[in-house]
Amino acid sequence: MTQAVFTRAPSAGRAFAAQLQRDLTIAFRSRSELINPLMFYVMGIAMFPLGVGPGPERLADIAPGVLWVLALLSTLLSLDSLFRRDFDDGTLEQLVLNVDPLFVGVLAKVLAHWLVIGLPLALLSPVAALMLFLPAAAIPTLVLTLLLGTPILSLLGAVGAALTVGLKRGGLLLTLIILPLYVPVLILGAGAVTAAINGVDPAGQLAWLAAILALMLTFTPFAAALALRVGLE
Amino acid sequence: MNFANWHDFLYMGGHYLFVWSAYGIGVVGIVITLARPLRARRRFFADQAQRLRRQSLGAERADASRSS
Amino acid sequence: MGALKTLWHRLGSPRWFFEISGPWAIGALILGLIGIAVGLVWGLAIAPPDYLQGNSFRIMYMHVPAAILSESCYILMGLAGAVLLIWRMKLADMVVAAAAPIGAVFCVIALLTGAIWGRPTWGTWWVWDARTTSVLVLLFLYFGVMALRQAVPREESAGRAAAILAVVGTVDIPIIKYSVDWWLTLHQPSTFKLTAAPSMPPEMYLPLLVSVLGFYAFFFGVLLFAVGNEILVREQRTQWVNDLVRSRLR
Repeated sequence: MTQAVFTRAPSAGRAFAAQLQRDLTIAFRSRSELINPLMFYVMGIAMFPLGVGPGPERLADIAPGVLWVLALLSTLLSLDSLFRRDFDDGTLEQLVLNVDPLFVGVLAKVLAHWLVIGLPLALLSPVAALMLFLPAAAIPTLVLTLLLGTPILSLLGAVGAALTVGLKRGGLLLTLIILPLYVPVLILGAGAVTAAINGVDPAGQLAWLAAILALMLTFTPFAAALALRVGLE
Repeated sequence: MNFANWHDFLYMGGHYLFVWSAYGIGVVGIVITLARPLRARRRFFADQAQRLRRQSLGAERADASRSS
Repeated sequence: MGALKTLWHRLGSPRWFFEISGPWAIGALILGLIGIAVGLVWGLAIAPPDYLQGNSFRIMYMHVPAAILSESCYILMGLAGAVLLIWRMKLADMVVAAAAPIGAVFCVIALLTGAIWGRPTWGTWWVWDARTTSVLVLLFLYFGVMALRQAVPREESAGRAAAILAVVGTVDIPIIKYSVDWWLTLHQPSTFKLTAAPSMPPEMYLPLLVSVLGFYAFFFGVLLFAVGNEILVREQRTQWVNDLVRSRLR
């Protein structure tokens, strides 16, 4: 059998798949790190009954907001891992130098991040919702808003992580930069769940989330790629 | 003219605390916005003038030591 | 078209901009301060009191222009950021650097006056109305740009990083405004706005217009002056700046 010799750089599709595979493999190597953001989510949710009181009515009242805010915070805390490990061991530079166009590699990393953090969060949310006595009728809407919203959080977060990748104590600055950008996602996501509780059709909010996701998918990988180049200058 | 006299104007129908404190904050904000760059420019010229003076003094001393 | 192209090329020269902007800055500042003074006095003394809110509504003449300007300033910052990233025009970087603190101060004015306005109107020191909420988020966006600029060590990288953030923020602003507006109608059955501009009678609306225009002119004047400062600092080793300093010594 003849050996295949690559005389051209791999196509964008191949580069995407290769980067995705690499990041997923690395992520699954340390099982404990995979669980951390999810544990934070559940623990954070549990803080609320402890702080506010176990009464089901009040908890159900604040449940949409709390479930979403904690999802926000869990994503924020996990954003550091998006680029920092690769920055520390030099592979980030390799990514920037070799992958062309760069936004393909960035998109692959963001997808890996979402598959490992955002998606499990969305799937775990019914458990958290039960802890806060969210009416069962609203749970599918909750999961749907998280499925639409967490990719947006990962995409916007990637821009922030790229901007702060080389900085010492960049973690806090990252949250400062990203939180205002997260506001619409929070409002729409929690608002959709609240609508579902009240028997109102959340289709409008979900449509808006989908539209924002589409916008961010086309726009943020370029911004993040540019930010990576700036950060590695 | 909406108000009959100065007293009514300052009294603002009882809301004088709110109206005047709000306007006070606004005016202070406007003044700060203007004063910052003005002061920065004055500081720039003062610093640069000092630097030039030190430079020319240094040059004079260098000349003096060379010729002596 | 040719004149625009020449103007574009000239903007690449900080020295040219410095020399041109001086008189424009002074003119804009004077116009602005007059406009603000006229608008505020008109709104304070001449406009009739509001049927529901009485005289406290006059705070609007300070609050609304500050809020509008804080938003316009950010969009200008975003546009300048885009210019910096696409065409690498140094002047654009200086605009971003100069505009950020000005816009942030306007945000603070808007927020404080908004809070004071809320107290007699609704009895609370903070009111989550559409404008104050989006101005609060805007303030956070400003902090992000300024903090990022400070944190990145290399000056050129800092400028480009801040520009990227400003552009992303600008794209997000309409989304934020829409969602905050929608959020408010969800949580408050009566959409109260601190002002409803079109339904205001002209005696109330005109002084607001004058005030807003005055604030705009004032903003441009201060911005041009602040950009001039940036130019001086960055070009301080050049001959023309040294000559300028010397000429001021006499």
